[in-house]
Amino acid sequence: MILAGLIILLMGCGVLAWLAGRWNNTLPRVISLIGVAVQLLVVVWLWLTHQRGPESGQWIMTYTHSWIPAFGIQVKLSVDGLSLLMIALTAFLGLLSILTSWREINKRVGFFHFNLLFVLAGITGVFLSLDLFLFYFSWEVMLIPMYFLISIWGNENRTYASYKFFLFTQGSGLLMFLSILGLYLIHGQHTGVFTFDYEHLLGTVMAPQTAFLLMLGFVIAFIVKLSTVPFHSWLPDAHTQAPTAGSVILAGLLLKTGAYGLIRFVLPLFPQASHQFAPVAMVLGVVSILYGAKLAFAQTDLKRLIAYISVSHMGFILLGIYAFNEMAMQGVVMQMVAHGISTGALFIIAGTLHERIQTRDIGQMGGLWAKIPKMGAMGLVFIMASLGLPGLGNFVAEFLILTGSFMANQTLTIIAALGLVAATIYALRIMQKVFYGKEQKIWVIADFSIREMCIMITLVIAVVWMGLFPSAVLTVSRPSVLKVIESVADRKAQTREAQLHRRTNRDQKITMTGASLPGHHWNTNPKKAN
Amino acid sequence: MSAADILSLLPMVILAGGILLTLILIALKRSHLLVFISTLTIILAAIIAALLRFNKQPHAIGDIILVDRFGLYYQLLLLSATLAISIFSYIGLERLFPDRRKEEYYLLLMLATLGSAMMVISTHFISLFVSLEILTISLYTLVSYYREREKAIEAGLKYLILAAMSSAFLLFGMALIYAVSGEMSFHGLGAVAAHLNGSSTVMLVAGTGLMIVGVGFKLALVPFHMWAPDVYEGASSPVSAFIATVSKGGVVAFLLHFFIMADLYRFSKVMLALMVIAVLSMLIGNLLALMQNNVKRMLAYSSVAHLGYLLVAFIAGKGMGVQAATFYLTVYVITIIGAFGVISVISSSVDEATEINTFNGLFWRRPFLAALFTIFLLSLAGIPLTAGFIGKYFLLTAGLEKSQWLLAFVLVTGSVIGLFYYLRVIVAMMKTEENNLSVIQSPLAASAGGFLMLTILALLIIGLGVYPGWWIDIVKCL
Repeated sequence: MILAGLIILLMGCGVLAWLAGRWNNTLPRVISLIGVAVQLLVVVWLWLTHQRGPESGQWIMTYTHSWIPAFGIQVKLSVDGLSLLMIALTAFLGLLSILTSWREINKRVGFFHFNLLFVLAGITGVFLSLDLFLFYFSWEVMLIPMYFLISIWGNENRTYASYKFFLFTQGSGLLMFLSILGLYLIHGQHTGVFTFDYEHLLGTVMAPQTAFLLMLGFVIAFIVKLSTVPFHSWLPDAHTQAPTAGSVILAGLLLKTGAYGLIRFVLPLFPQASHQFAPVAMVLGVVSILYGAKLAFAQTDLKRLIAYISVSHMGFILLGIYAFNEMAMQGVVMQMVAHGISTGALFIIAGTLHERIQTRDIGQMGGLWAKIPKMGAMGLVFIMASLGLPGLGNFVAEFLILTGSFMANQTLTIIAALGLVAATIYALRIMQKVFYGKEQKIWVIADFSIREMCIMITLVIAVVWMGLFPSAVLTVSRPSVLKVIESVADRKAQTREAQLHRRTNRDQKITMTGASLPGHHWNTNPKKAN
Repeated sequence: MSAADILSLLPMVILAGGILLTLILIALKRSHLLVFISTLTIILAAIIAALLRFNKQPHAIGDIILVDRFGLYYQLLLLSATLAISIFSYIGLERLFPDRRKEEYYLLLMLATLGSAMMVISTHFISLFVSLEILTISLYTLVSYYREREKAIEAGLKYLILAAMSSAFLLFGMALIYAVSGEMSFHGLGAVAAHLNGSSTVMLVAGTGLMIVGVGFKLALVPFHMWAPDVYEGASSPVSAFIATVSKGGVVAFLLHFFIMADLYRFSKVMLALMVIAVLSMLIGNLLALMQNNVKRMLAYSSVAHLGYLLVAFIAGKGMGVQAATFYLTVYVITIIGAFGVISVISSSVDEATEINTFNGLFWRRPFLAALFTIFLLSLAGIPLTAGFIGKYFLLTAGLEKSQWLLAFVLVTGSVIGLFYYLRVIVAMMKTEENNLSVIQSPLAASAGGFLMLTILALLIIGLGVYPGWWIDIVKCL
């Protein structure tokens, strides 16, 4: 009930905020702040009371309620370590994005907060749903308000950006919906039980080709969200044009839903097909890392630059997920949280700068440190975080991912590691162009206010804490990560056997698709898992 | 006819009798409000009669008419749609015709509804054709009712010629089928068709094909869709809504009846033809809608696409397919009436608000109305939290259950294209620049009625989108 309450709370506050916006501009802000703060408190309470919970990877808490029984659709919400982390991040960034837009948004405040809270509600739904229909439902619910946020409160080119965002995500989402329906019907026809329940669908038996096609539907939706090259082109536009709060949510949360979907749904539902797809996914990940970094280096628009940094960092996530081992997967979880915080912070800084000097062109900035030392210092912290400086969260994440994927694919990992070098170059370029160097124009500009300093300091604490005590995050996610790895590895043995059997029966000359994967670490996996 | 027969037809009897009474009423006293109220009363009475009948045993009148839950459900749907449309008509008429010729409109409206509502319970070519003609002939007049307007006569003539032609196709198809089977009732046809041999089957398939052409015209499916945008544009918004919902709804119900009772799903050639029509409608309808700057024309093409979606469920056939088609049609009717209702509420005097740029900034001028319109458009686009999404889900499930992957893919592609033009209208409404078009306020009471109706429709859409279970249960036991 608490879990459903979280979503209802956000939606309810959203509607209230809209209504309140008719009379007063401050009231909607206060209402949304309270709503999200309550969510954060509940999540923290969950975290503290259930942290040492079940090791076997069961759910910490589940809520089930029948919704459309005619189709076997339920409201099934569950939280485990992974989703707990994600909703914690959602509430945290949600709170900060309301605070950042406190002064920035002055038009149609009520409707703005309505949309903001509905996006957060949709994202919370995505992270909690264990019913595939509900999952898709939440997946779509977060799109429309996000579209409104971009298209109403965005910057100069907002219409184009919001269209692009919407069509990319909606189009790919519908493909996923087809896959969900396919899975539902195949399961139903085999067992006679028509249900969208994730746990029932887990063991669905189907032909490898079908599984692969169905998996592709899911994967496309998720990697579009993850903005993997070649599906990344919506991201720079959307991030650049969105208002600050929108950029924070886009970069910090929406991208993570893609990664979450891959971990929670694609790997456990289609273990065998995922193995077939792994080489492609890893290559895409590496391409994203390098291509994103290269483009980030070439940008002159500050927000666009940060957007391409996200593309690059999401490449690491894809690489890590398809390495199929615990270390890489833990790194992925870490990266999801750390990137959310560091990029969120960078977008807040870029947004604040834009609000004050009305430009995002880094060619016109320079030498700002002298005028706004607080902003400069904060900028330095988060730029260091995103280039992976040891001691901050992102370092731990990238280190784990690279170590983990080195066990799976050495060549690709070596190439991916070059991304870290590129990261140093583009990150330092921001510092150089914006805060150091010669002043290009004489700006009259105010430094961070107390409110903004509070936001930034919370973020700094979070990112340092994760860098110094990563185990606080990693122990929470460990049971869920182990479960995912197990489900992939477990069934892998069976499916390989089945594959071998069938192939020898049919045609011995066909080379095995799975054979291109290095085999040794699969055997070590279950051991590590224990 | 026995008393039981008449009792089973009570809703239709009320409607037909009501039309005569209203005719007398107009002769006695010309008052727009009075006629409007009597229309509402008659339709409400018919709805109540149908509701009382709903849970009773099916009743067949010879081979000609079958009153069962399926038919009554559709009758209720069509009658309720007419109820909503007549409210919007009142607002529109008050504005367009300050002084004359307002009363007869309602007669035609009710007559057309009668035709459509008879069509859904027909199980015989004769009853079908008679009710179809009642519907169409009333519509010719309704389309060109505002003859002072620029495009009304043109639209009326276009509709007349094409509808007459489609009736000819339909008749020829029926004749072929009768020639080969000697049967005119759907049941009898089903029984005879099972024993036909080679050459007779060809005739039967040809006859069905011709009937599909006729029906395709009525439903404005590609490649028989050319009339739709012109007629929608030329007719007033409530009449366009009527054509899009009541007229098409009746034809869809007939088609379902016909195909199931005569068991025409056996003929793979017929199904192939329908499949081609469905694919073309979904793609071409959406692509053409993309290019429109006139909202009514856009809605016309989008309804071509929506009927194409509906065919996906229709092709899936008995069981899930029929349920999905029925549910989708219900949602489509609610949504389209809402969308046209908004257009007629915001229209000023003779010029209807149809160009896309009249909607600029509506969100900031009339937030409530714009929010309602957004809900309707999102439902047409099939976005979650609206009924349109559940409807589309239902269609896809029905299609995929019969492994119609091609149709499902085209449906999805169509939806993505569709988003583009629905979003265009929404984006226009969100534009910040002020539009200096003044909005003429209609008489307060009527306007309030229109608002109330729109709010109810929007709540239905959200309600069905969030909690569709109860309605699906109703549709499942038809």
